[in-house]
Amino acid sequence: MDAFRRLTLRAAGLLALAALAPVRALAAGWNKDAFQSKTPADALKALGRSGASDSAEILIEAPQIAENGAVVPIEVTSRIPGTKSLAVLIEKNPFPLAAQFDFMQGAVPYVKVNVKMGESSDVRVVAEAGGRFYTAAREVKVTIGGCGG
Amino acid sequence: MAAGPMKMRATLKGDVADVRVLMSHPMETGQRKDGAGKPIPMHFIQNVTVSLNGKPVIEGQISQAVSRNPVFSFRVKGAKAGDKLEVSWLDNKGEQNKTETALA
Repeated sequence: MDAFRRLTLRAAGLLALAALAPVRALAAGWNKDAFQSKTPADALKALGRSGASDSAEILIEAPQIAENGAVVPIEVTSRIPGTKSLAVLIEKNPFPLAAQFDFMQGAVPYVKVNVKMGESSDVRVVAEAGGRFYTAAREVKVTIGGCGG
Repeated sequence: MAAGPMKMRATLKGDVADVRVLMSHPMETGQRKDGAGKPIPMHFIQNVTVSLNGKPVIEGQISQAVSRNPVFSFRVKGAKAGDKLEVSWLDNKGEQNKTETALA
């Protein structure tokens, strides 16, 4: 009876591991759910970082007015000690999540990247440090085709 | 436009390596149409990895919202002259490329 129970338990454990494995592989790859989310809230939920608190220690450098929405330079620095990752969301883009970076052993939580913006929008950054989430946002106005706006 | 070569420049300032990398890639969003009005399929980089001496230090996941021919800047602390820095990418069609440089 005991032997049977042990076997059953072991089988259940193996099954649980097998069920977990593909999830882990996905996490290391590309978070399809987060990138295909159509609202910033859904994207953050898919990334597992809802409920971030505002922080002045996340610096976002971006043009106030971008004449060309196809190339908008965004520079992000986190001064929060132990920052492990940064997610960049363009709130009004059809798919808000633009990028997500994980920083390991010695990498500075800093990144500069050019993004596409469909219209004027807040650019939001969510940082993870010590298991907590922090956020800051900055508005960028986009002048499409240079005809005002 | 097909994916093309990469360019990287890395400069040491103290023990921090300033890395600037350019990737030639169309970064198609799937929302544009060709001359005949047919939608151009999505084609974009999804993963970007920065490694120092073979160890990944920055792992990025990106979307089609990153501009065509992406340019990134990264900073890696604890680097020294002679260290090997590698940046690689992988796109949604399984195409990939990488470039490496020795820090000076």
